Amino acid sequence: MTLSRGTKILLGLFALLAGAFIYVPLGIILINSFSVDKSLTWPPSGFTTEWWGKAAVNPGVREALTTSIIVALCATAIAIVLGLLIALAISRYRFFGRESISLLIVLPIALPGIVTGIALNNVFTSYLGGLTLITLIVAHATFCMVVVYNNVLARLRRMGGSVEEASADLGAGGWTTFRLVTFPLMKSAIVAGGLLAFGLSFDEIIVTTFTAGPGITTLPIWIYQNLFRPNQAPIVNVVAAALVIVSVIPIYIAQKFGDDDERAGGVI
Amino acid sequence: MTTTTATHRGFWYRHPGLRLGGLLTAPMAWLVVVYLGSLAALFLTAFYQIDDFTGQVVKTFTLKNFTTLFTTSAYYESVFRTISIALLVTVLCLVIALPLAFFMARVAPRHWRPLMVALVLTPLWASYLVKVYAWRAMLQPESGVLAWFLNPLGLDGPGYGYLGIVITLTYLWLPYMILPIYAGLTRLPDSMLDASADLGAHSGRTFRSVVVPLIFPSVVAGSIFTFSLSLGDYITAQIVGGKVTMLGNVVQQTYVTNLPFAAAVATLPVVIIVLYLLAVRKSGALENV
Amino acid sequence: MQTTRLLKIAAVSASAMLLVAACGGSSGSSSSGASGSASEGAAAPETPGGAAFAGPVGEGEGQVNVLAWPGYVENGTTDPAVDWVSGFEKETGCKVNVKTFGTSDEAVKLVQGGGWDVVSASGDATLRLIYGDNVQPLNADLVPNYADVFEDLKLQSFNSVNGVPFGVPHGRGANLLMWNTDKVTTPLDSWAVTFDADSPYKGAVTAYDSPIFIADAAVYLMATQPELGITDPYSLDKTQFDAAIALLEQQKELVGEYWSDYTKAIQAFNSGTTAVGTSWQVIANLAKAEGGKIEAVKAKEGATGWSDTWMITKDTPNINCAYKWVNHIVSPEANAAVAEWFGEAPANAKSCELTADKDHCATFHAGEADYWTDVYYWNTPTTACLDGRTDVQCIPYSEWGTAWSALRS
Repeated sequence: MTLSRGTKILLGLFALLAGAFIYVPLGIILINSFSVDKSLTWPPSGFTTEWWGKAAVNPGVREALTTSIIVALCATAIAIVLGLLIALAISRYRFFGRESISLLIVLPIALPGIVTGIALNNVFTSYLGGLTLITLIVAHATFCMVVVYNNVLARLRRMGGSVEEASADLGAGGWTTFRLVTFPLMKSAIVAGGLLAFGLSFDEIIVTTFTAGPGITTLPIWIYQNLFRPNQAPIVNVVAAALVIVSVIPIYIAQKFGDDDERAGGVI
Repeated sequence: MTTTTATHRGFWYRHPGLRLGGLLTAPMAWLVVVYLGSLAALFLTAFYQIDDFTGQVVKTFTLKNFTTLFTTSAYYESVFRTISIALLVTVLCLVIALPLAFFMARVAPRHWRPLMVALVLTPLWASYLVKVYAWRAMLQPESGVLAWFLNPLGLDGPGYGYLGIVITLTYLWLPYMILPIYAGLTRLPDSMLDASADLGAHSGRTFRSVVVPLIFPSVVAGSIFTFSLSLGDYITAQIVGGKVTMLGNVVQQTYVTNLPFAAAVATLPVVIIVLYLLAVRKSGALENV
Repeated sequence: MQTTRLLKIAAVSASAMLLVAACGGSSGSSSSGASGSASEGAAAPETPGGAAFAGPVGEGEGQVNVLAWPGYVENGTTDPAVDWVSGFEKETGCKVNVKTFGTSDEAVKLVQGGGWDVVSASGDATLRLIYGDNVQPLNADLVPNYADVFEDLKLQSFNSVNGVPFGVPHGRGANLLMWNTDKVTTPLDSWAVTFDADSPYKGAVTAYDSPIFIADAAVYLMATQPELGITDPYSLDKTQFDAAIALLEQQKELVGEYWSDYTKAIQAFNSGTTAVGTSWQVIANLAKAEGGKIEAVKAKEGATGWSDTWMITKDTPNINCAYKWVNHIVSPEANAAVAEWFGEAPANAKSCELTADKDHCATFHAGEADYWTDVYYWNTPTTACLDGRTDVQCIPYSEWGTAWSALRS
């Protein structure tokens, strides 16, 4: 489909504006993290790197960061296992209730966080005695599972069954096929899903508020508590800016794996 | 070792049902017991009430919560307001995402793609809370960024309130709309577009009759996110909404004093979203989520 | 072979379970607090909460989980000079894990969720916690500093049952009328500009986001509509309650933002987004420290206030640390420090000599009974009218909650 030059220029301009819309607020966060003011006044009256120094040694931030990473890693690990199992089942088998399950599995992400949050909170406090780190991980794994499932399912569908059939024809048993053929082809989808799941869990606030035990502070909870505190607000800006900068790494990794997959997917 | 192939057709090969069962047990146990079970427990609670004095849940069946919800004007106004916000946000996201995704997938040079995708993905990693907070800074009536920009021109910024919520939510969920549409557009085979041109259609016609139907599932997939995320949000309303509240705020406020009522209110977004999911299942959007 | 495959599956599932166990075992002590089984009936039973801890207070358990109003448990993170927690931690070995809440409703829900040892509860939370079987009676003999607490704070209707104390009083304060002096040029002395329809500050008024704020409307009605006959803002019959709600609907037109997070209120006042409204002294203090142009007074119509109580949750595993904390926070030094930081009258009579500002107790009227006559401490409305009327039924707190959420929707 050929577009006129004018249309292309217009689209380019629009893309530029959209890009500005997306990045201006992030830019403001970055600028504010260097601002002398503790409140949100604009433009900043002066600049300083003081907050970056304070953020690095702030014990609250470090503890929250560690907790967030632990929770996200555990939730992602569980999500990968469970998401993989379900994706294999849904894509490779036909069975009664398959449609319902594929609807069911999307629910933890599709339903509002507050519903999931109070539902799980209700069950945890009434029947399991209380909220702990485990309840938090369980809650996170539940919606992280969906993301892994989606990625792996898409890949399994694109792969088709022919590769596995070829492997069986050559004499490999089920587990060997999985280990040597299916799994390597799925690896990048698992990594992509895992990264997304990690990011989702790392940034989650609503369900976390309802399912984290006392004294457990993840990074989003720490941010929520300090968002308006005059002494801590600039540090919040620093944490946010740092998160965006650091996130370049996982995005780069995801992109690299994504490129590999274009080649592998051409197996069909 | 080819000689033992015959014996390797073992237990699991002969029992595909059991293989399936083995695959499904753990995740299904998790989903059904943990998730569905807790949802069911919550909705059961919607039919209970609370003891007036101690505030504890009393397990006697009543429809009082639902009748209050549907007969009090404040609440059903809140429902309509929340749905309107969710719809508006979805439409705005679509309006912005479609041309942008089209540019990324079809107009921009191919080697730009990884960079552009990374640029779209990066904001997702900035904390949700901080992004909302950034908008609070921007929307501040007197000293915010928008005010700094618009006041010299004699205009007023939207300030905190309904519009502030819509703008902020659109900003937050934009990547969720861009990515599925972009993915859908890249998967569009060039051959289809060539065929359409061969049959004599100019670009506009091709776009309308070929591209749009093909990316429709992606659009719906994106809309699932923007709609449902907006429907249940309450934190954005707290930070940039001024005194305007959404359904999520009602749940969050009443959940403390009156869990059964909060559960009743919470059923509404769930019903709406489940109905929406069932409706779009046919369109294949769920594959693209 | 079949067995190797089965073994492999077993190994995988075992390691999966180990992973889950590893993830869970690292931290998060789950002390199962009282989950609050359903108790029927509004009739007050015999002294609830079970038996008080007999004592003696022994070695600390290593930590104490505290739920507190912001500003009550400062450990140096808000302001490095403001810290009455680190000393306690060093001395007793009880690490203090504190979580703040914005409203009494949040506090009640948190306590009922379990895992907490001590809570600083206001009168609109205390009775719910007591009758919900979430807190235990206090053994005053184990709290040496209890003896020095002002007598008119002890054994009040909201912190005791049948003469049994359920906690240690913390201090008291009034909800203030606060304004940004850049926006409001003439000093105020009345709630009128926050309630009357012709207020010049429309869109810039703030109010406290909790059902208990209905009592503030009732206090204003006591002065402006005396024919309603309201004597106690927590004892409202249907007519009085409806009038209060009508006043709040009117006020809603004036409100820019409601606040429950005190830091959000600080920011709103300082930036001028909010010009005038209900506030706490600690908010005024912090706002001024940030350079805000703020004034705050007790309005002439009177105000709601609070007198908080430190309560110990039922079945807490950290009972020794809990008693140590409660005794520490009401000790003369700590109580003086909190009272000055938060801006309230201390509970311990001996604190008055220890405040940095020698006039603190005078400013906050710590010993003056008349000052407190038009301050109505937060209390829990019940069907049986708290002011003693038997000819009508009063609106219970649960309906306050419902009405407030309808107002805010």
